[in-house]
This record gives sequence, structure tokens and C-alpha cells, in this order.
Amino acid sequence: MLGLGIVNGLIVTMKNFFRKPFTISYPEQRVLQHPRFRGEEFTWYEERCTACASCAKFCPLGIIRIVTHPSGETPTEGDSYAIDAFDIDIGRCMFCGLCVEACPYDALFMGSGFEEAKPSRRNLVITVDHLRAADKRPSTWFRPQLEAQGYDPHKGTEVTWRDAGREHFLYHVPQRPEQESSTATEEGKP
Amino acid sequence: MAFLEGHALFRNLYCLLAGNLDNTVACSGRGGLLPVGWEWLAFAITAFAITMVLLNVFLVVTMFYTYMERRLLGRFQGRLGPNRAGPFGLLQPVADAIKLLTKESIVPRGTDLLLHNLPPVIMVATVFVTLAILPFGEDTFVANLNVGVLFFLAITSVNALAIFMAGLSSGNRYAVFSGMRAVAQLISYEVPMVLSVVGVILLAGSLSLVEIVEAQRIPFFLLQPLGLFIFVVAISAEMNRTPFDQLEAESEIVAGFHTEYTGMKFGLFYLAEYAAVLTSAAVIVTLFLDGWNGPWLPSPLWFLIKVFFLAFLFIWVRATLPRLRIDQTMAFAWKFLLPLSLLNIFVTATLVLLLGEETATGVALSTGGLWAMAGINSVVALASVLLFARMVHLRTPVHPIPSMQPSPSEVA
Repeated sequence: MLGLGIVNGLIVTMKNFFRKPFTISYPEQRVLQHPRFRGEEFTWYEERCTACASCAKFCPLGIIRIVTHPSGETPTEGDSYAIDAFDIDIGRCMFCGLCVEACPYDALFMGSGFEEAKPSRRNLVITVDHLRAADKRPSTWFRPQLEAQGYDPHKGTEVTWRDAGREHFLYHVPQRPEQESSTATEEGKP
Repeated sequence: MAFLEGHALFRNLYCLLAGNLDNTVACSGRGGLLPVGWEWLAFAITAFAITMVLLNVFLVVTMFYTYMERRLLGRFQGRLGPNRAGPFGLLQPVADAIKLLTKESIVPRGTDLLLHNLPPVIMVATVFVTLAILPFGEDTFVANLNVGVLFFLAITSVNALAIFMAGLSSGNRYAVFSGMRAVAQLISYEVPMVLSVVGVILLAGSLSLVEIVEAQRIPFFLLQPLGLFIFVVAISAEMNRTPFDQLEAESEIVAGFHTEYTGMKFGLFYLAEYAAVLTSAAVIVTLFLDGWNGPWLPSPLWFLIKVFFLAFLFIWVRATLPRLRIDQTMAFAWKFLLPLSLLNIFVTATLVLLLGEETATGVALSTGGLWAMAGINSVVALASVLLFARMVHLRTPVHPIPSMQPSPSEVA
């Protein structure tokens, strides 16, 4: 019957009228991101990084640039290369996370933030200083061990480099434990 | 001195200035502030005061209405609506006004400047002039015009001219399309609108809006349900509200006739569009919803409540209904509303003749007769609307798709 559809439509809109609006007023109200949300602002643990540049090799866009020099001591003793530059051009990053997957030492993590708007493209390049100063709130994407510890990037405290890895990665501890040093000397003896 | 019949405030102001010299106005014994022979100045000052008060109050109400419309439209669509400027977004109209006032007024090359600049003024003026005849409350009106209904109908049809001028002078083909649609649609909907008011005039026995309100012993929407329906539909087409907003159909013809208007000229169109909703609602209230009459509350407040209730209904319908095609709009006016309004006049006139009693001034109906008429008219309205809905097809005939094959005659 002509007209009944109009009445049905009016009822539908009236139902919407009394419903809570779907809008979230962004700066005041926020949608909580998932812990595995791949955000901007990479989290980088200098203590874990050996400057192997795996991330730069695996980046499909080639936007990670790492420049190193030998730090003066022998890498076999556990010393890493010294890092001159670690630039990530966020403006071209597609957040695929292959760099994080490639990192053998669990030193690079996706970030958890998304409010990194910058006034120009030049400012979108993240430098070493930027990475050092950034909050250590890594996304748990590809790092399920963080979730197993009950960590959520949007709540609680920051993660230190000791807690971030899959296992306790001991090569970079300045004072190496006795057990490991003793085995090394035993191997050297014969 | 027609406007002095209105509110006592203005009468007192005139008396204070001019004293008791004018025969038409009864004043206290004291002389006025102005010397004898300066009554014209008192008249001018009083008229200016009335106009200023009325226009400013109306503009503030319109500002509030634009906020209300956008806010309610948002709620109908499951969003919030403007809520940034000021508390709850209440200053949004002010922000809009500042923005529009500070914008550059761009005029396209090759336009007729007079034809381009006149339409916004005409649109606003036609809306504001309507205020002159509306009774806002008991004894609160500017002029008790004895042809008030005719005045309103005449003034609203000037809109078509203004829109066509705007469309034609813009030098934009979308604007021209809009102007053509305006001429077609607005003039078509004039006809059922005028005819649907005839029923009210038959019952009230007067063309003055003030007297029509006083004549409503029973609100006329009970006596004229069909007339109310036709009038509301036709007037919402007159002011380009959404089911009939082909003039500004943004998905078809950018913004229609005001595509090329910027700055405050666009602001005036915007203002006129929203102010027209309020004046149209006020006219509907006056003609059909018993005007300012109501229990307990003061009469201007009742008037405002009714007007905003109708405005709410307009917003509701706007949030619900999609836009019709232009051919559907025209078919609706000519095939559906026009026969129904003629039927309404016929039924009303017959009932007035049958149920009315001869008095000294003419034919009048008793209260019982009015209730009988309300019942009969409701049944007639429902039945005729349902019947016409079955009979009228708003669909256009489907034209056969031309075939690529040559016809037999061409082959031969």
C-alpha cells in the first residue's frame, strides 16, 4: 500500500533518534587500539641491536638506512657495531612489519601510537635520536611473548630491553655470567 | 494605523510620543512628548521599534532553529551533529555567520549584476514580510490584514521568480537546470496549496489570519485533515524541503541555483531557507492547529511550541525520505494533490451547506455540526487518500530500448 513504506521509514529514523550516537568525539573519547596494532614510532632497543641491518635488507621499500662503523672492540667479544645513522622514512612506510619479523635479536618492534602527524615530509624521517628518545611501548605484533607477560602497550609501564626479547639474550650484557665465560675459556684451552 | 491594533506595548509607545491626538487610538489624558503635528514621527518611531523587535527576535529564533535542525538531523542519522563551537555547539550559527560574512563574494564573469545580487534579498524579504500578518499570540500581531491568506500565498510565490533569476544570472548550467525545475515545481505546487486553503476559508468565513484563529472553536486540523495533508506537502515543496528538493539536489546539480553564490549572498539564501521553515510552520499553525490558543501557558509560548513541533516534524521527514525524481514530483502535484484538493473543497462546501444554519452574517455551524463534520471529513480523507494511492501511478512508462537490428521496413 502506498504510504506504508513512508511510515516504516519514519519509525526507523525515530528509532535511530533514541539510539546512542555512533560517533566517538576523538580527542576526548578514544577507541582503544588492539595490543597488536601496528602503529607508527618504531620502538628500538639499542642494547639489543647489533646493527646487523637485517631490517634494512628485508624492508620491501628500502626506506631503512643504517650506517655503522666498528666500535673499536672485537665483535666476537659481543660488542656491536656503533651506529652512525638509523633512518626510517615513515612517510613511505606501509607498516608491513617485515623489518620486525627479520630482526634476529628482538631489537626492533612496531610502535603502538598513531598520532604522529608532521608538518612536512622531511620531518617524517625518524632518526637515531628520535628512536632513542621514543617511548618504549612496543606493539605486540609478531612478539606474542609480550602478551604472555600480560603486557598491553596502551596501559601500564614501559617495557625495558631485558623483558622485551624471546629469551634472555646474554651476549650484550656487559658483565657476562660466569658459566658462559668459563665455557669460553675451556674451549680456548686446548 | 493598522499595526496599532496589535500589542499594547506599541500602542503605549505611540501614546507616549504622540499623546491622545489621534482619534483612532485611545490614550490617557496627558499630552505626548512630541509636539502637535509630529504624529508622523511618532508613527515612524513606533513602526521602526516594532520592526526591529520582530526581526531580531525572529533572527535569533531562526539561528536557534538552524542549530536545532543540524543537531536533530545528526541524531536521526546516528551521529552527534555540530558540538564544537560553544557549549553543546550552541554558538555554531554564530560561527557560521562570522565565516560567511568574512568570505569573499565571488561573482562569475559575464553575469548580470542586478539579476545576480537581487535574488538573495528577495528570498529573505519574502520570508520576513510574512511576519507582518501572523498572530503570534492573543492580540499580538503587526497588522490584521483582511486578505492575510491571499497575501501569504502571493508572497510565497515570489520565491519562484527569485530562484529563476538566481539560476539564470549565474551563467552556470546546473543553476539554469535548477531554475527551470523551480519554475516547474513551485508553480505546480502553488495550485494544490491555494485550493487546500479554500476549505479553511469556507469554515472560518474570513481571509484574515487573526480572524481565522479566532474562528477555530475546534482546531481545523480535525475538520480539514485532507486540507492539512495537502497544505503540508505542498508547502514543503514550496520551501524545497528534502522529499522535494530537486532545486538543490546536490547529487545531480551541484547546489542548484546557489552554486555560484559565495559569502553573505549564500548566507542570505541559507537564512531564507531555514526562516521559511519557521514561517511556513507558523502559517500551518495559524490555519490548522488553532494558532496561539492553548490552556495554562501564555499564548505566544503556545504558538512557539506548536511551531517548533511542526519544525520537528519537517526535520523528521527530511531525515527519512529520499529525494523524488522531478517527474515524480510533478506527477504527484498534478495527479494526486490537485484532484484531492478539489475533492476537499467539494466535500467541505457540501457539508457547510448541509450542516450549517442560517445566521445574520451568513452560514455558521453549531458545535455538534462541527464534530459531525470532523468525523465525516476524516473518513473522506482516509478513503480518498487510499483510493488515489491505488489509482495514481508515479512511475514513468518504460520506453523500449532501441534495437540494433534494422526494422523490417528498412530491410525492404
